[in-house]
Amino acid sequence: MSENIKLMQGNEAIAEGAMIAGCDFFAGYPITPSSEVSEILSAKLTKKGHIVIQMEDEIAALGAVLGAALGGAKALTATSGPGMSLKSEHIGYASMCEIPCVIVNVMRGGPSTGNPTLPSQADIMQAKWGTHGDHAIIAITPSSVNESFYETIRALNLAVKYRTPVLILTDEIIGHMREKVIIPEKDTLEIIDVKLPDVPPSEYKPYNYKSGKVTPLAPMGEGYRYHVTGLSHGETGFPTAKMEVLQDMQNWLIDKIYKNIKDIEKYEETMTEDADILIVAYGSVSRSAKAALSMARAGGIKAGLFRPITIWPFPEERIKELSKKIKKILVPEMNMGQIILEVQRAACNNIVKGLNIVSGEPITPDKIYLKIKEMM
Amino acid sequence: MPKTTIKFDYDKYLRKDTLPHIWCPGCGDGIILKSLLRAIDKLQYKKDDVVITSGIGCASRLPGYVDFNTIHTTHGRALTFAIGIKMYKPRLKVITVSGDGDALAIGGNHFIHAARRNIDMTLIVFNNYTYGMTGGQSSPTQPYGSLATTTPYGSVEPPFDTCELAKAAGATWVARSTSYHAVQLEKLIADALTHKGFSVLEVITNCHISYGRRNKMKSPVEMIKYQKEKAVPNRSAGNMTPEELTGRFKTGLIYEKKDSLEFVEETYKQLELIKQ
Repeated sequence: MSENIKLMQGNEAIAEGAMIAGCDFFAGYPITPSSEVSEILSAKLTKKGHIVIQMEDEIAALGAVLGAALGGAKALTATSGPGMSLKSEHIGYASMCEIPCVIVNVMRGGPSTGNPTLPSQADIMQAKWGTHGDHAIIAITPSSVNESFYETIRALNLAVKYRTPVLILTDEIIGHMREKVIIPEKDTLEIIDVKLPDVPPSEYKPYNYKSGKVTPLAPMGEGYRYHVTGLSHGETGFPTAKMEVLQDMQNWLIDKIYKNIKDIEKYEETMTEDADILIVAYGSVSRSAKAALSMARAGGIKAGLFRPITIWPFPEERIKELSKKIKKILVPEMNMGQIILEVQRAACNNIVKGLNIVSGEPITPDKIYLKIKEMM
Repeated sequence: MPKTTIKFDYDKYLRKDTLPHIWCPGCGDGIILKSLLRAIDKLQYKKDDVVITSGIGCASRLPGYVDFNTIHTTHGRALTFAIGIKMYKPRLKVITVSGDGDALAIGGNHFIHAARRNIDMTLIVFNNYTYGMTGGQSSPTQPYGSLATTTPYGSVEPPFDTCELAKAAGATWVARSTSYHAVQLEKLIADALTHKGFSVLEVITNCHISYGRRNKMKSPVEMIKYQKEKAVPNRSAGNMTPEELTGRFKTGLIYEKKDSLEFVEETYKQLELIKQ
């Protein structure tokens, strides 16, 4: 089989990945630097007969996505910082009501309007904690155009599998750069489709958390009539204030993600076996970190790289293991220090330092290399 | 006057295990709920084909009590969910119920854009002039000079006219009724549901607890009387001077435009044309 290689922009790869994964509904609102996702889907997803709609605001875009998802759609939206802030309430609604959806955030600087055309990684903690109330979230940080393609497919799969919002956090660099993407044959991909429950409507409980398994979300209009509410609800979906149910439901929202962390987490390690210093980096910064790693090795420093691809839930167990033998850890980020907090928590006995650049310029390999030398 | 009796088996549509409802004794919302069920029954819609979305507030609790596909969404955003599911599955009959604060304050943007698109859905706005669930704060339909907990010295804001707003924004079927006019209400809901395009029905409903109590209408009876006396059938309103209409509201069909471009149909027509 000859490889089908295409040159693509990061945002384009997300659109293409979504289409091959069976995304059949998109609602968006224009925002730099993510608009290409909606522009490309407007031109191409529609040709497959699917709805692409530009809503009146960011909140409405996710509202429409959730409405379509309740009808059985594999639905996606794309935005950036200010749009993420506006979408936060509906991300909580999707968590609470266990509605699958994928939200792409091509990160730019902030707070507020920030720097729409410059890269940033400042929404990492927002992704985890942006909406009010306790919940678990899945967030993915691709570091290349090719990975943007494949991780979008995985994001749509995870959303359906765990009935949860999944965030894809790229940044302006990944979103706008052009690289090759190896387009697979569709039948070689694992695609998780929306399906009807395996019980008849009379036995269907949309929030059957007591089973310990994620119940498929029955597409509305197919005979499974049920109620969806953002109020705390029991297994039938109707509001409740029963204390034991409130506790169980809250536990469930977190357990269904964290008890399946082995299935959800994904990371890449480079030269960690013999490393004396570990770099933890994700997204576009991890590319510079990889180059800095080569520079360090050439300079006689045994550096290693740990690159989370799933950033939430954070792969803290692996960091804990690595921290037993690697005592120094460097966390370069295009923010004022966000994922470093997770690393420090997992590696609490180690020297963990950050390299934080928020001027809108990429963190270059030499800056990371200098910091490595300083730490050694 | 011909005697009208309403005999109807509501149990067929109620989720009885979710009752009693949360509405206060004497609230008008139950009358709207029952009128909605009679209208749906008259149209012989299959329960599986009906989707009801709502936002937050007293009115928005309605979907939980009725046996359809029901979505109690976030404050003000019910129409966005409705648009999503309607566009994805156009065969479904999508109805949104919303209060005046939900539809016209926090949800105002979605209201005007749903109207602009003329999407084939129905919005029923339960207008009780107040935020009843949170205890009677000022609403965008609150009459000038009236009292609320956040306008203790009287409102100095002009209120929205829901029907004029809907019409101006592009809705192609607009009507008003009240929780007093239950027979008319049922008929108007049925007409709204069968209209092709975005239909907006405002229903003046009584909240004697949070609104009436502060505005010299302590009992449901006084409020129902207010609805009866202040309502002006739209067909008679043309003969009245603006002075005569002050403090009153028009009821019945306010505006209808047939054969306008409808969003779902237009979209799917285009999808068919560009199909690969």
